[in-house]
Amino acid sequence: MTETTRKKGLSRRTLLKSTAGLAGLAAGSGAITGFPYVMSAEPKVLRYLGTAVNEGDEISKQCLKDTGIKIEYITATTDDVTKRVMTQPNSFDVLDTEYFALKKIVPSGNILALDARKIKEFDNITPVFTKGVTPGGKKIGGQGTAPWKVLYLEGKDSKKFATSATEFVTLIPTVYNADTLGIRPDIIKRPISSWAELLNPEFKGKASILNIPSIGIMDAAMVVEATGKYKYADKGNMTKEEIDLTMKVMTEAKKAGQFRAFWKDFNESVNLMASGETVIQSMWSPAVTKVRSMGIACTFQPLKEGYRSWASGFCVSKGVSGAKLEWAYEFVNWFLSGYAGAYLNRQGYYSAVLSTAKAHMEPYEWAYWMEGKAAEKDIKAPDGSLLEKAGAVRDGGSYEDRMGGVACWNAVMDENDYMVRKWNEFIAA
Amino acid sequence: MDTSEDILQQASPDLVRGSETARRSKAARLSPSFISWLQAGPMMLVFLAFFLIPLVFVVIVSFWDYNEYQLLPAFSGRGYTDTFEGCIAQLPDLCTIAKTYLKTLKLCFLVWVITLFIGFWVAYFLAFHVKSKTWQMGLSLLCTIPFWTSNVIRMIAWIPLLGRNGLVNSGLVKTGLINHPVEWLLFSEFSVVLALVHLFTFFMVVPIFNSMVRIDKSLIEAAYDAGATGFQTLVNVIIPLAKPGIVIGSIFVITIVMGDFITIGVMGGQQIAAAGKIIETRVNALQFPAAAANAVILLVITFLIITMMSRIVDIKKEL
Repeated sequence: MTETTRKKGLSRRTLLKSTAGLAGLAAGSGAITGFPYVMSAEPKVLRYLGTAVNEGDEISKQCLKDTGIKIEYITATTDDVTKRVMTQPNSFDVLDTEYFALKKIVPSGNILALDARKIKEFDNITPVFTKGVTPGGKKIGGQGTAPWKVLYLEGKDSKKFATSATEFVTLIPTVYNADTLGIRPDIIKRPISSWAELLNPEFKGKASILNIPSIGIMDAAMVVEATGKYKYADKGNMTKEEIDLTMKVMTEAKKAGQFRAFWKDFNESVNLMASGETVIQSMWSPAVTKVRSMGIACTFQPLKEGYRSWASGFCVSKGVSGAKLEWAYEFVNWFLSGYAGAYLNRQGYYSAVLSTAKAHMEPYEWAYWMEGKAAEKDIKAPDGSLLEKAGAVRDGGSYEDRMGGVACWNAVMDENDYMVRKWNEFIAA
Repeated sequence: MDTSEDILQQASPDLVRGSETARRSKAARLSPSFISWLQAGPMMLVFLAFFLIPLVFVVIVSFWDYNEYQLLPAFSGRGYTDTFEGCIAQLPDLCTIAKTYLKTLKLCFLVWVITLFIGFWVAYFLAFHVKSKTWQMGLSLLCTIPFWTSNVIRMIAWIPLLGRNGLVNSGLVKTGLINHPVEWLLFSEFSVVLALVHLFTFFMVVPIFNSMVRIDKSLIEAAYDAGATGFQTLVNVIIPLAKPGIVIGSIFVITIVMGDFITIGVMGGQQIAAAGKIIETRVNALQFPAAAANAVILLVITFLIITMMSRIVDIKKEL
């Protein structure tokens, strides 16, 4: 009896010791990696906070090769990125976030606007961001938090968005896209041309939307407008009455069993669609591509009411200064210099500086992704896997057609608090 | 004095050692309470630092105001009033929070009943039918299998099984039991309860098993000798003696299910309300005081349930 007790005691002590040792090691290693930032200029390291959209391994590898800057990715969901900026502004250097988050982030004072004069390609950034028109001159819908409304600040430390161009840029644009509904043409077997189809009883139990309230409600508003029930002044900034009306339509549909499930994460949306649980749902372009690469028919369906668009870009944490700020500029300049842009274009997104990305793509790739032409050769993903066979045409066509067809942008409403409460009510209904 | 002690030491080392022992035993006599404080201390500190203090902050923040991007440290009941919005105005219709808690309690009750039933019999089997310690150990480890996968993998795994074109549906259609695939197998309350039971039965098995193995076998023999039937022994001997395990297991399951939003979200297709989900939505919208207020409400309700349960069984006494 005593024997076993002692053995137990010993092992417990050893365990304690080794745990303490591990903890010490962890603390130690943290201190070691933290040290050189302050002490020496040798390794150029930037902590990069963002969603997974831009965070390709190839991008960071190429960046290290070209500039010597080592990128450490901190990956989080859209909501968590914003949360982190608000609560732990010193835990990252470069921030990659969406324009609609700026309404929350800028007033918090936790980010630093970048100087447009230090961005080499700033003048070549697509007019989609700066003027709200496509390069071909098509006017883009400006409902919601359109990038050109929040692109500039009044001054270096200002918390106010400027109405005209200044040199203080909130986010240096990097990537954007036009989102719409994804459908399974093999199951639906008829043309789909309107957002109204999302709530068509024909697809009862087979529809889905995004479970991010601020984006989900925009998709819902597209549907409400498409059915002719109501026309919003600004879908991205509804009044309380408009929120009530929109949620009522959605609640009725939910109660009638229209939705199979709501999704929040890229893989969820792919699984729902690929397994046939849903046949029509809001979706992201690369998710459609992923379903298609599994050999399952899936279309990123252009709709007559237009697209819901989003855009993201770079800024830095307010804690970044000195040499580190210079590296941040170097990194942003590198990002716009073509390699990364071409990489993003090949995933079905769009790059902010079109000319440099074009120089890094094959002419047939450019023709397929940007000009809406039939693919001359097989189209491959950045990792070399086959996306489309020769002869395929991109859903929605050319850049001009897709970006020119944007109706609204992801947004944070003035009545966001009310909307979130209504969303909880909708889930409980 | 010194010299005399020196002499003493020289003369008889045993004597000195004896006085040392006496001193030590005196110290031990002085401080049994000190020693028990020392033993409980580390746990207490962890509890204080990582539970009580954060909890106090949650309660404080729940009475703060907020805007789109920051907490405003001024007293405000907004987190609470917003949460109970419409609870009186909408009568007889239920308000959001009431609906949400009714749903959560319903799921909680179903999961509790089913895990208790399954858990009890699994523990019974392990404690009374499996004779060898090794087998008991091995079989209880088998119960941990559901924990080997993550939530995401679990969701991906359930679709091919329960989905519209899944194994269960195609099996049923092929055998002719149904004509069309049934939809309620996945993204429904059924699938939520199934997943929660699958996950948490283990938390019932362990404490009940633990109570059962400590039941003195002679009591069961005595009941048998006194002419009790198997059922009478179960009801009058085993269940009362396994009560602490049952209550502890129930507390585990109920507290976990009350706060769960991931499993309910994933298996319910994000369409089923849960107390935890309200908190998640609020936190994601950076409305921390409202989230904190909801957390306090959840805590109070869970605490009430546990108090009720510990009224039924005095766990301290039973242990």
